[in-house]
Amino acid sequence: MAKALEPRVQSAQLPSIRGPERVPLTLNVNGRTFSLSVEPRRTLLDALRNDLGLTGAKKGCDEGTCGACTVLLDGKPVYSCLLLAVECQEHEIETIEGLARDGKLHPVQEAFVEHDALQCGFCTPGQILSVKALLEQNPEPTEEDVKRAVSGNLCRCGAYPHIVEAALAAAKKLKS
Amino acid sequence: MPKVIKTEVEFEGRFYEEYIVLEGEDLSPWGPDRDREFRFVGKPQPRVDGPERVTGAAKFTHDIQLPGMLYGRILRCPHPHARIQRIDTSKAEKLPGVRLVLSAENAPEIPWRMGLTQLFDRTLRYAGEEVALVVADEEEICYDALDLIEVEYEPLPFVVDPVKALEPNAPKVHESGNLLNGAPEVYERGDLEKGFEEADVVVEGVFRTQSALHNCMETHGSVAHWEGDTLVIWDSTQHIFGVRAQVAQALGLPLNRVRVIKQYMGGGFGSKNAAGKYTVMAALAARRTGRPVQVLLDRFEENLATGNRPSTVQTLKLGAKEDGRLTAIYHKSILNVGAYAAWPASASGPTKRLYSCPNLKTEDYSVYTNLGPFSAFRAPGYVEGTFALESMMDELARKLNLDPLELRLKNYAEIDPITNKPYTTKGLKQAYERGAQLIGWEKREEVKKTRSTKTKRVGFGMASQIWGGSGGPPAYALVKINPDGTATVITGTQDIGTGTRTALAQIAAEALGFPLERVRVELGDTQWGVYSPLSAGSMTLASVGPAVRAAAEDARAQLLDVGAQVLEIPRDRISLEQGEFVDARSGERTPVQTIFEKLLNYTIVGKGARGPNPEDKNINTFGAQFARVEVDLETGRVRVERIVAVHESGRVVNPLTIRSQLYGGVIQGLGYALTERRLEDPRRGLVVNPSLETYKVPTVEDVPDIVAEMVDMPDPEANPLGVKGVGEPPIIPTAAAIANAVADALGFRVYELPLTVDRVLMALQRGEPSRGEDNK
Ligand code: FES
Ligand code: FES
Repeated sequence: MAKALEPRVQSAQLPSIRGPERVPLTLNVNGRTFSLSVEPRRTLLDALRNDLGLTGAKKGCDEGTCGACTVLLDGKPVYSCLLLAVECQEHEIETIEGLARDGKLHPVQEAFVEHDALQCGFCTPGQILSVKALLEQNPEPTEEDVKRAVSGNLCRCGAYPHIVEAALAAAKKLKS
Repeated sequence: MPKVIKTEVEFEGRFYEEYIVLEGEDLSPWGPDRDREFRFVGKPQPRVDGPERVTGAAKFTHDIQLPGMLYGRILRCPHPHARIQRIDTSKAEKLPGVRLVLSAENAPEIPWRMGLTQLFDRTLRYAGEEVALVVADEEEICYDALDLIEVEYEPLPFVVDPVKALEPNAPKVHESGNLLNGAPEVYERGDLEKGFEEADVVVEGVFRTQSALHNCMETHGSVAHWEGDTLVIWDSTQHIFGVRAQVAQALGLPLNRVRVIKQYMGGGFGSKNAAGKYTVMAALAARRTGRPVQVLLDRFEENLATGNRPSTVQTLKLGAKEDGRLTAIYHKSILNVGAYAAWPASASGPTKRLYSCPNLKTEDYSVYTNLGPFSAFRAPGYVEGTFALESMMDELARKLNLDPLELRLKNYAEIDPITNKPYTTKGLKQAYERGAQLIGWEKREEVKKTRSTKTKRVGFGMASQIWGGSGGPPAYALVKINPDGTATVITGTQDIGTGTRTALAQIAAEALGFPLERVRVELGDTQWGVYSPLSAGSMTLASVGPAVRAAAEDARAQLLDVGAQVLEIPRDRISLEQGEFVDARSGERTPVQTIFEKLLNYTIVGKGARGPNPEDKNINTFGAQFARVEVDLETGRVRVERIVAVHESGRVVNPLTIRSQLYGGVIQGLGYALTERRLEDPRRGLVVNPSLETYKVPTVEDVPDIVAEMVDMPDPEANPLGVKGVGEPPIIPTAAAIANAVADALGFRVYELPLTVDRVLMALQRGEPSRGEDNK
């Protein structure tokens, strides 16, 4: 559906404004550096999905209300649909594709499978990254902590009870 | 020899006749006595495709990216009812990066919604209806181009309230009138008048329920691509074969020139049972541009145009004897189906079928309005109808001074009240009993007394669930034994997130005598050519599962025949266990793949078909839910503390994933009960909250303590697996149980969903019980 179109003003006084044409930029994703060329208005989510082919982050709303697009920016969960790709240079970006190592699932991923913390799986990458960020910062979370951590990740299938279970199980696993 | 038979099949409360082809031997049912031998069936099994889903490897339709793929986005009508006077797409076409604009000006005339409209129609009947498609190199360019399309609309009179739409001078949504088929759907049994005369007490109420939006996390969409003269479509759908048929018809293509693929999808809940306009648009655009085209909807479009649970106004009247036995029920429903309807909506299913009541009449009015068309939404009609019926039953219990559970047991249907046939199995009593125990039903008055304060009231409520879920033919399956000693299950079904792949793998491994890791399930692609029905109506496992078992048994028998000859062991001495031949005399074990070393790439193909359902029995699923709530008298906030859900759907194949389904149903039911509501502005004819910011689906913080259990009782008469469906049952009684608990806490009832704070506060202010007539 049509969205309001921002006027594409080219201002002579503000030469630092980039675009509207594509601009070169580099993104650091999952420990690797990528050079790409996108319009400055491209969101981080679209850059990841359309330009880098990293489709693990999903687009559920494109306006910061669902959490399906969650990725980690310097270890913190963010809605990648609310960030512009050009803002994210110089930051460490982590997506769901970066979690498993040599074909071995991350303990949070493992716990999600074991506890069936998903149904359709569309919200799952976002949920997992929110949980991972929590556990890195708080290795012994309470149930309340987990709920707060994933409260910005909607799950229409209603996997919530199993998500909480999986997060707590993953915390235990990571500690031992 | 293949046997052709004609049989009756139920889908979401309606019956259809089907011809099916049966092959091979009749299977002996897996009854309760088989249970102790099972290795996989009945055991908690993490999803076989879990790793794909947690690593981002799972490819949803949104994730399909093909070389040279273009993006398509849709322009939609801003008016509730309008005629296009002029459409000018020239500016949009000139925008760099735009490849194509399709509209009524240049697109072929393709009838849609059974000819009521066109793919691109000049008359538009709801705000959000499709006007044009822009195809461009990038998504952002599409959005720029949409703003450059000039459309002059002639606004037409509109109506969004279904009650107003039935008035004589109401604006007409369709020339044929606003009442679907010109008449209500009526069902009657016994003598209603006599029934009410016989009654010692009568209770009556008017219930209102909201339009609810599916809000699947993955919005609707398709990617279309022509490989020569074959059209390949990735579609976020619950029905690949249905999409194939619909698209082939729309474009005048033979079926074998259309291939539809759906491996993973982000939810459907009934809204993805058919192809969308976006599917056909993507195909047309791909043909015209010679490039793959992706057409996806955004969240707003999703909430305007992809279906909803219709709002209802339901009048319900119950008559009963002093001891609680029902003598008469009258149930009239007005349902807002929006601008188009594929079939009539109905809220009277549970009323007709749940209780044994001799005199009964139901009337369902499906009313067209200038709003987005309704669609199936997880247990269509049953969620709405159960809310009204089970609320009214509680009012009756109160009037008679009976325990609500006792009243339900008094009217327990031992045979189906419509067909008068016995049930194959019915575990409702067990569900009542177990649920009551888990919530502490007997002690509820004590708890209420100790927990309630001056400003907080605690209440308990319960409600029953009935639904079909028998599944049925036609559904076919193949099971291949590959030369590497693995097995491949091939069906045309789809896993819409319910765990179908895993359950079918369990069934095949069980029947074959193979380890689970050696069984792979292929589904979600019409190219296999193995038909399965749509994944809806809680019918997937009970339809496809028996066909898979039959195919696996066939493959196993062939494998034993071949194995016996290659290994030179008499046929009656050889068996299969965990992927190995076992010689009964020597105890020697030989891996299955060994024989293929000699056979050089020979492949065994087992075939299976779903047989008919029994003709002399009714197959239904049952359940009961209990709720404990706390209502804050100062703020009107309802806090659901605990939900107990106990359901009976035959044999449990996978206790782990079935619990996920139960949780999911309850949580959607919770949203329906408390927060979810599509809001319309009747003066402008617009939906005002088509976003996830303003349409409130439950978050993790809203979820109460949920106790979910199955009454695990195989139903061997239903089908040779003894399984029934469970997708829809858990959403059915949740709102009713919560509403009854709220009424119990308050001492009077709120007759309208959702139970938002303003409604509860208003009801508290009014103080006096209302029967619902005056709520707005
Ligand atoms: S897509 Fe970013 S929050 Fe929904
Ligand atoms: S698993 Fe389907 S939305 Fe969360």
